[in-house]
Amino acid sequence: MISNLINRKLFTLLKVQYSNMLEYRVEIALWAISGIIPFFMLNIWTNNNLNEYINISDVMLSRYFLCAFFIRQFSVVWVVFSFEEDSLMGKVSPYLIQPLNPFFRYFAQHLAEQITRFPFALIIAFFFFIFNPESIWIPNLGILLLSIVSTFLSFLIQFLIQSIVACLCFWTEKASSIERLLFIPTLFLSGLLAPVVSFPAYVKSWIYLTPFPYLIDFPANLLSGNETNISGGLSMQILWIFLLFPLFKKIWSEGTKKYTAMGS
Amino acid sequence: MVQNIIDVRNLSKSFDISTKEPGLKGTIKHFFRRETKSLKVIKDISFEIKEGEIVGFLGANGAGKTTILKMLCGLIYPSEGSILVSGHLPFRRKENFLKNITLIMGQKQQLIWDLPPIESFYLNASIYDLDKIEAKKRIKKLSEMLEIDEELFIPVRKLSLGQRMKSELLAALIHEPNILFLDEPTLGLDINAQRNLRKFLQKYNKETNATICLTSHYMKDITSLCKRVICVQEGSISYDGKLDLLLKKLSPVKEILIVCRSEEDAIKLENSGFTVKNKIKNEITIKIENNSITSSLKTILNNFDIEDLFINEPPIDEIIGKILIKKDYDI
Repeated sequence: MISNLINRKLFTLLKVQYSNMLEYRVEIALWAISGIIPFFMLNIWTNNNLNEYINISDVMLSRYFLCAFFIRQFSVVWVVFSFEEDSLMGKVSPYLIQPLNPFFRYFAQHLAEQITRFPFALIIAFFFFIFNPESIWIPNLGILLLSIVSTFLSFLIQFLIQSIVACLCFWTEKASSIERLLFIPTLFLSGLLAPVVSFPAYVKSWIYLTPFPYLIDFPANLLSGNETNISGGLSMQILWIFLLFPLFKKIWSEGTKKYTAMGS
Repeated sequence: MVQNIIDVRNLSKSFDISTKEPGLKGTIKHFFRRETKSLKVIKDISFEIKEGEIVGFLGANGAGKTTILKMLCGLIYPSEGSILVSGHLPFRRKENFLKNITLIMGQKQQLIWDLPPIESFYLNASIYDLDKIEAKKRIKKLSEMLEIDEELFIPVRKLSLGQRMKSELLAALIHEPNILFLDEPTLGLDINAQRNLRKFLQKYNKETNATICLTSHYMKDITSLCKRVICVQEGSISYDGKLDLLLKKLSPVKEILIVCRSEEDAIKLENSGFTVKNKIKNEITIKIENNSITSSLKTILNNFDIEDLFINEPPIDEIIGKILIKKDYDI
């Protein structure tokens, strides 16, 4: 049954959503460009020699922020906004009476968008290397594969967190405001603005207990070749998925009982 | 014996509605303390529907028709009572149940806006576990029935409302459900599109013996599709039975326009004991009870010099309108 779901339903969903995303290729290119925060942060870090405090060379830091940019490109999640709109407008109603959880549609949308983003992200990386030729490196195949797995796991964690928040629509209608609250720790603790290693030791020990450093910091360190605990990082990512998935299932099952099919 | 496919017992549904007083004071009060009240929109209703039946749900806006359909298809949970649809509890939304039903809402769409409908059809086909060959066969069959062809390959956003509605129907029926819940399916369609849609639904019902539950404010939808209607008034069922019986009950008299040869004949007829609605020169309109039409017409034709005669059926919209406007209308 699961293989059927992955083989047929999800594959068709992905194909259709990819065709749909290609209709929005200009918007997706702009979204890709809008994700260049890590490059600004790199500039701030190197201009102020902040990397000296954490014993990371300029080259490794620029690789870290380039990887952070890449990981972010392939783990951006917006399901809470889509679901909130669909839920409030009643668009989710036809999907609810189909034998497939509507979140698979959003999941496929995200994957399709990532595939569409890929060439734009590559172009941005190409320009990054033109301006930072000393940062060019080729990660070994094993690390590259593990980084892809880790990026996908990061995407899954974010997708599950946002899906849980999205399900709050069944109670509050404006679940996206809760997501705004979550955006703050995601921004500061994920490693998007600064590598987590730069935080004071006592803060770091707490941060590593949350899912946030496994969203950007861990996969970015892994891909850029910085020192990191690979098995520990991957285990934590998997652990968070195992914790979040049943929570999502529970909140979904309770939430759909509250659904009033407004707007339809 | 045809068995019941839908069985509803003592069904009720309440919604929590937050209330707010008007003005700034009300807004501030609402900000600090939300007041909610429970609104019972469906009140202890029971009915059953047999396999293959087409049943129309009639009622004014807000009477509860759509809420009933939403509960029948499992979209919302009932507050009290029980529903069995095709042997399933709808709100559990089991795969076997979902594969048997469809819901079409006139004002809502499931087609992907920027892609041609064919993409949504194949997507739905895979969601319902149809292989590509079977999906192709069904798309061909349904598109022939719905008389759509090249529209299948044009992005949905470029289709007219009628074409879009046909495509919505195709998407909703690709898994060949045997229970259709249609909530105002002809909303916003022109007369031809409405007629085509009705023709299609009749054909679909005849070919597949599907059960259809329909709400519509267009009386033509109800009269041409439904033999049975359920009237919903403020969440309760005020009538459940044959449509023609309802019409007879609500409109026990017919109006007959009689054109006499002369004005004198018209005056004679006016004074002969019939209930006269109006008289203009040699034309007179009288009201006759349905059960005495034959005998009354015989009397008129034998005793008066008649040039022409027209029996006017009262407009059905007007008749049904009576039960929609008057809340305590006794049916």
